[in-house]
Order: sequence, then C-alpha cells, then structure tokens
Amino acid sequence: MVWAGHTRRRGRPHQILVWSMGWTLLILLVVLTVVHGNPTVMVRTGSGPTVGFDQHPNSVPLGEDIQTTTEGESEVVEEVMTTGVLNPSHYPARRAATVVQHYLNTRYGSPYRWIFLSTVHSGSAEEVAEMGRKYQLALTMQEMISNVSGQCSAELFFPGGEGQSAPQVQASCEGLHQSNTTAQEEAFYQQHRTSNNLASGNNIPDSYGHVEPSMKPFWHLGGVASSFIMLRESNESTLYNMAQVANFTQLETEKDQLRFNYHVLLHEMISQEIIHWKLLVTWSPEQGVQVLQTELQPKCHHCEAPPNTTN
Amino acid sequence: MMMLGLGSVGLVLLSLAVQSGHGAQDSAVWSREETTERNYYTRYHNMSEITAWMEQMKRENPDVVSSMVYGQTYERRNITLLKIGLRSTERKKAIWMDCGIHAREWITPAFCQFFVKEILRTYKTDTKVNEMMKNLDFYITPVLNVDGYIYSWHNESTRLWRKSRSPGTGGCTCYGTDLNRNFYANWGMVGVSTDCCNLFYCGTKALSESEAWAVTDMLGKMREDILAFLTIHSYGQQLLVPYGHPNTTAPNHDELMEVGLGAAMAIKAVHGMDYTVGTSPDILYPFSGSSQDFARLIGIPLSFTFELRDKGEHGFELPEDQIQPTCEEAYAGAQHIITYTHDKAFYSYAATVTATLWTTLLAAWVSSAILL
Repeated sequence: MVWAGHTRRRGRPHQILVWSMGWTLLILLVVLTVVHGNPTVMVRTGSGPTVGFDQHPNSVPLGEDIQTTTEGESEVVEEVMTTGVLNPSHYPARRAATVVQHYLNTRYGSPYRWIFLSTVHSGSAEEVAEMGRKYQLALTMQEMISNVSGQCSAELFFPGGEGQSAPQVQASCEGLHQSNTTAQEEAFYQQHRTSNNLASGNNIPDSYGHVEPSMKPFWHLGGVASSFIMLRESNESTLYNMAQVANFTQLETEKDQLRFNYHVLLHEMISQEIIHWKLLVTWSPEQGVQVLQTELQPKCHHCEAPPNTTN
Repeated sequence: MMMLGLGSVGLVLLSLAVQSGHGAQDSAVWSREETTERNYYTRYHNMSEITAWMEQMKRENPDVVSSMVYGQTYERRNITLLKIGLRSTERKKAIWMDCGIHAREWITPAFCQFFVKEILRTYKTDTKVNEMMKNLDFYITPVLNVDGYIYSWHNESTRLWRKSRSPGTGGCTCYGTDLNRNFYANWGMVGVSTDCCNLFYCGTKALSESEAWAVTDMLGKMREDILAFLTIHSYGQQLLVPYGHPNTTAPNHDELMEVGLGAAMAIKAVHGMDYTVGTSPDILYPFSGSSQDFARLIGIPLSFTFELRDKGEHGFELPEDQIQPTCEEAYAGAQHIITYTHDKAFYSYAATVTATLWTTLLAAWVSSAILL
C-alpha cells in the first residue's frame, strides 16, 4: 500500500518495475525461508503408523547428573551418575531395571509367561552408608507372549563390599498378570506330566532365530529358569540376557513337578561374554518355576575350529 | 538486471525445494508385494551368497554400481565394498556404511543388503534418492569381518563368535581380536583387554588386524569427501554418537545428538520401536579404539553406530521374520542422517543466497524510499 502511494509521484514505468520485482522477490524469499528454514523439515512423515509425540521420549535434559545427597547429616556432592536422580536412558537405570526384570520372572514366570523390560520412566539411586546402593525405579514391563504391559515400581539393593552377594529386589506391578495363562499351563502340564514321551530339544532359538512352535514353552521356561541365575549374578556392572537354550532334557516327573535338565547360554552385555550354565529345573502350575541346582560350565576354548575353515 | 538474475535463482531454488518435499513423501511408501512375500531380503545369507549377490547388483545396475576390494582378512579373503552412485566426472562426496564387523550380528549384513536394494529400487522414481545418488557416492561394505562371519556359519557352536580369526600370540592360544577395539583412536585405553581370550581383546597394537587397517586406509584416502560414517551392529536398539572413549566430547556433540534423536524419531515412526540415543559411556559402556571414534577424530562430522533389534528376547539370533521390519526402520533412521548431511552440504548455499536476496530487497526498498 505504501509503495502504491509512492508510485504516483515519480516516473511510473520505472517505479512499477522496481515495485513488482520487489514483491516477486519478497514472495520468493518468504517461501524459501519457510521451506529451507530447518533441515529437520526434511524428516519423512507418513511412513507407517503415526505416532503422536512432541518431544522424543529420550530427550531428557542432562545436567541432573551432579547431585547433592543429603543422607543423614553429611552432604556429599558426587559426579558419579549412580547417585541421585537417574537419567532413564542412561546405563545405570537400564542395568538396574533389567535386574527387576529377572526378579519378576523368578516370581511370575512360566512356560506361558515371560516378562521383559519395556521402558524406564524414572529412577533414583543413593548410597547406603558403606553397605551398598539402593535404587528406586518406575518402569513399564511387558509380558512377551500376550503382549500385555504393566506399570511397575521397584526398589533394589546392590550390596557393596567383597564377595558376590545377590541384589535384593522388591517390586509391585499393575496389570501385568492380566494374561490368563491357567488353561494353557494346565494343558501343557497334563501333556508332559506322564513319562511316556519325555521331551527334549536343542539350539532354541536356532542360528536363524527360529523356534519350533512346540518348543516355545520350553524356550520360555529356559528363559525363566535362567532368570534365577541372572538375578543372583547381577550387579551394577552387568546386563544379562539369555542368548539360547543349548539343549534341554525332560526327566521323570517327581512329586507332581515336571523336571528338566537345561543347558543355557547367557549373554552378559558389559563383557560381551557368552556364559554356559547347567540347571536342574522343576515346574508345575501351582509351585511355579524352581531351580534346584546350577552349575557353571567352563568356557569352551576347545570349541575352536581349525584355522582352515572354508566356506 | 541484477535483480532479475537473483529472482531467477530464487525461482530455481524454489522449484528444488518443492521437489525435495515431494521426494520425502514418495520414499516412505513400502510396496505391498515386498512386505508380504517371502523374498531374498527376508532371509540370512552366508558369505558365498552375499558375494554372489554383490556380483548380481553390479550386473543388474552397471551404470550406478561398482565394487572395490580394499583389503584382505587374516585368512586372506577379500574385503569388498559396493560403490553406488550416478556417475560423474567430478569428485563426489561420500557416505560410508559398514556391516558385519562383529560376526554374530547377522542382522547387520542383512541390513546392508536391504539398504543397497532399497536405494537401487527407488533412485529412478524417488526424486530425493535420485538427487542424493547424483550428489553422493555410497560406499557400502556388507561384511567387514569376513573370516568371523564365515566362522559363525560353521555350526551351531560357532554361531555366537564375535571377533576376527587371527590367532593369539605370545603363548595365548585363543583366536580373534575385537575389530572395534583395534582402531587408532585412543587405542588400548578403556573398555579393552590384553588377554587374547577376552571378547574385547584389542590386539597386539593398533591396526594389528588387516580388516581394521583396510577401513583406516580407505577412510584416510577419502576423508575430505566423507560426509557421514555409519557402522552397523546389534543388538540393543541404540544409536551411539562419538566418543566411546569417556570424558571426551565431540566438537559437534549437540548436532550429533539432534540428528541422532531425529533419526530415532524416524525409526519409531515406522514400527513403533524405541531406540535410545547417546554416547556409549552414557548409555552402554565406555570403550576406545572403535571405528566410530576414529572416523570422528579424522574429521568426518557425522559418525554413528547403530545397534539394531532386539533388546534381549532373541539377541543375536533375531528371527528371520523380523529382518524386514528391522531393516525398514533402520533404513528410515539412516536416511534421516544421510538426508541431513546431504542437505547441509548441498543446500547451505541456499541460506547464503536467501540472505543476499533479503539484503537486496531491503536495499531496494530503502533506495525506493530515498528516491522519492
């Protein structure tokens, strides 16, 4: 409008040209700035299900790592991350949360119930006067067969000092036991209770990640049984998962408990080691999973193939 | 006259912007047929199959695919990459991707194969992929640790092998060095072992392993041209940014985190999977001598380690029916990083031109006012 006002006073053709070029440039610039304003505009959308979120769940602001603890009368400023409010995506919270996962499996796991950590929401840790460290966590756990999720709050204590002492865990979850496994467990129990056809299997999953449908309950059972060892062996510098059931053999049923010998491979992430354990496992719908014996197997150095492996 | 010229430059830039916006939409659509039928890219393949596949990619796409043997493994096997891009007489910028540095992480060579297949499938029809193929060359190594990978296929008891296959020295009888601890990046300092039986054995010295040397040699020759370095691992569902060595911050840490978080968002948009983003000392464990650290140290600005599915249910033995979804989401993440780095390199002049145009416009307005 201002420009139109100005054009009346001067040589019109020249002014109109300048005026129109200016507006063209202005429009171009506005469009360019909007389109090229930010590289992240280039993020592809529309692929797969839309997920509504404004901020990535992992973008927790840093700067909560340096904490002042006020335990009792002493004030300690520590830079170690395992004290104070924990960043949910950092390793201390994740390792502690995985211990809670193992604990829940020892309590509630079965051939038809196998629980895994889904998300760490929040956590905190504190020193307990030369005895160890205590964690508090808010988590989501997921039962992998039914896909039911539940919210859990947990408290763990990692004993300090010498000697390997198992962590102590307390946890309560909502909604996790909603999957009704009674019928499946009962059917499985009755099917394998009599000693006509003792089950056995090996390499579960196989190299391709495949598990035969008939082997799946034994795979879950192996995972749950492994949780007893993983819980016992865990500390703040470990992160355990079961890599594979190397083999299992069913033994004669005793005292109404199904019994198995299991050879499992555990993957310890922080050392990247594969650790072999043999277990004697019992299960029934009433008693749940029990691990009667565990035996650490020596690392398999003699398994090395000769150097001339051709393929 | 000058304003006419600038105006036409603006028009050209505008049309490019519109095109790239459309390209982003096109490449997100997965064809129905490929997601449902059991095809080559939904299975794991041994080394001979992958070698044959590389030959096939060259045969079927001779104008855009060539291969390069850039080193030898301990057992004297070729280390081969595919170089993919539209041919140009000028020197081009590059994207580096390697898979299979740790033998048991079978999903990773599957991903490199998927990535190659996908850019070859879409570059003629997807304007954004086409533009990137024109401006960049992709250097993709489907299997870096060839000896280890072959060993992991030998039988069930070797499936979980991690390291190379060089023998121990000095009376130590175990095999293998962790290739991702063998690079000349604070070698031997943190997260390593001097015991050759250990899974983190870093070797007798930096670059003692010919596989690590081959990568170092290539990166050294190309380092001014490489815009992004992506090294693919499993498992854990994480995107690691430099440095693995603790108490060291990359100069562009904020940019790396921003791009990484953007990639994680792109990954989550595909199948809902969460990938955690951060430095390894923060979210996994500290370690030195990695290829990612080396790449960042020699000046490659964007250096990422991908840890693909899952989070421990299957671990290294990811079922074949998860190959496709895993590759789809990882592809989205990789494309986010590659698109960012491409646009930063090739569109940064747009910002300069835009600024020039604003200045010109302001000058024109001021001069108009003065002339009155």
